[in-house]
Amino acid sequence: MRFQGRAWVFGDNIDTDVIIPGRYLNTTDPKELAAHCMEGVDPEFPRKVQPGDIVVAGRNFGSGSSREHAPISLKAAGVSCVIARSFARIFFRNAINIGLPVLECPEAVEAIAPGDELEVRLDTGEIHNLRTGQVFRARPYPPFMLELIRAGGLIPYTRARLAKPQPGAPGG
Amino acid sequence: MGMTMAEKIIAAHAGLEHVEPGELVEVRVDFVMANDITAALAIREFEKLEVEGVFDRERVAFVADHFVPPPNIKAAEQCMAVRTWARRKGILYFEGGRDGGIEHVVLPEQGLVLPGEIIIGADSHTCTYGALGAFSTGVGSTDAAVAMATGRLWLKVPPTMRLFYHGTLRPWVTAKDLILHTIGHIGVDGALYRAMFFTGPVIRALSMDGRFTIANMAIEAGAKAGLMEVDEKTLEYVRPRAKRPFVVYQDDPDARYEIDLDFNVSDWEPVVAVPHLPSNVRPVSELADVRIDQVFIGSCTNGRIEDLRLAARILQGQRVHPEVRCIIIPGSGPTYRQALEEGLIDVFVEAGAVVGLPSCGPCMGGYSGVLGPGERCVSTTNRNFIGRMGHPTSEVYLANPAVAAASAILGRIASPEEIRLEAVPV
Repeated sequence: MRFQGRAWVFGDNIDTDVIIPGRYLNTTDPKELAAHCMEGVDPEFPRKVQPGDIVVAGRNFGSGSSREHAPISLKAAGVSCVIARSFARIFFRNAINIGLPVLECPEAVEAIAPGDELEVRLDTGEIHNLRTGQVFRARPYPPFMLELIRAGGLIPYTRARLAKPQPGAPGG
Repeated sequence: MGMTMAEKIIAAHAGLEHVEPGELVEVRVDFVMANDITAALAIREFEKLEVEGVFDRERVAFVADHFVPPPNIKAAEQCMAVRTWARRKGILYFEGGRDGGIEHVVLPEQGLVLPGEIIIGADSHTCTYGALGAFSTGVGSTDAAVAMATGRLWLKVPPTMRLFYHGTLRPWVTAKDLILHTIGHIGVDGALYRAMFFTGPVIRALSMDGRFTIANMAIEAGAKAGLMEVDEKTLEYVRPRAKRPFVVYQDDPDARYEIDLDFNVSDWEPVVAVPHLPSNVRPVSELADVRIDQVFIGSCTNGRIEDLRLAARILQGQRVHPEVRCIIIPGSGPTYRQALEEGLIDVFVEAGAVVGLPSCGPCMGGYSGVLGPGERCVSTTNRNFIGRMGHPTSEVYLANPAVAAASAILGRIASPEEIRLEAVPV
């Protein structure tokens, strides 16, 4: 899996209230949620972001609420993946579960400027900054999580398991 | 090598003798919950699994509390969908009324979440039940949907961070201040991916209500869970309510802690977390020039009976400042009735506060107290993020119920010491 897009750079502790404010949670429609994506810090973001673009952020991205509406709104707004110094744990799980790739890579965050053209290769965890030519490698996923991602998220993964029960450790 | 409570609970639910931090395991879950917002998504994901029913109808609950009673048609439709699905599947469902209210007040009250259990909830403050000695953690709707179907969930065993509190609490320093001080000390990601274990004589001396307040905010330090040991107070609370048998676990004497912190609380004073992070903690005495427009007393953090008693002690015989909206919301039906019986509601209404129906209220900017541009609110809730309670330029200041009540009277951030209390305490 490869993604290419422009970098949108944000700071530390971007919480889920900033990503999608609570007052819009009376819907589960991804398009409606996308229309308010990142409203807390940049109300113009949904109009400016292009399909494939990449969100780059500091520490503790996605902190706060467990609302899955947050990764859903990012994905529906066109964001192909998120690169951060670190992620809040519920957001990290939710993003993987719904099929929004998230990569932990402080070195890449350090070296990416707003608007840089990036290419992300998910299988190797490589992040290429096409403007500077620099290449970074994100912290690799554990094998179980790679399996989840390859399956397309937790629901398809679980469906496959339910169809062919494999008791025991995660991943069977 | 010994194990912590968290590790023992996970091992027991994974069918293993021993687990190590960092290990990925699949566990049996004892209880799964979601609220009106997260259940709406969980239902959609559940349906994709094409299974008939939930793994156990007595162990899955939806608690409608975020947009209840509904403030608009869309919220009403969402709530209807959640209610209809819950009825059809025969799972537990709470929506206002006699036993309903805020999920994290209701489920412990109803004896549905118990010591030694693994509980997952599609709400980040599910960590609240750690006060009962459970391993309880917030997840998203997809995780909740899979657990509703299978009764199982994968998780990574977290390392434990031990926090030991000793010393003597000064007047008006409450459980809320203990957790705010702690988050101020370790930061909003200070416990990221870890299980917090709150212990020491100060924690043991707290009531269950106070303990819930602390465990509730473990997520505000990034933690996966926030546990406390089970003692006589816990058992006294749990025994008459418990809907299932339960097991009590405790840390082994040689349990391993990734981080071990020691806090002497004797010189701590009431604090306020100023915008826009719960870790931006300042002594209340330094904020006396901050004028305010609203006070909210309630939520899954501070909406229990002891919190209302504390607020009433300050508001007894006083008047809410004319420029302030003061909103007080009991956390559940039983809490509301108890407050009525004790005369607390009279005190609030007499003082000029508005008493709302058991729900999350304005905490997440849903309704009943949404802030306008630049408005400031002193709130007993758990988050002061940008736009949390309304307009992106509004501001939320987190405080304990006594500080919130004192601020409501004076129209600015105020210490309870500034209010001359009535001779007869409520």
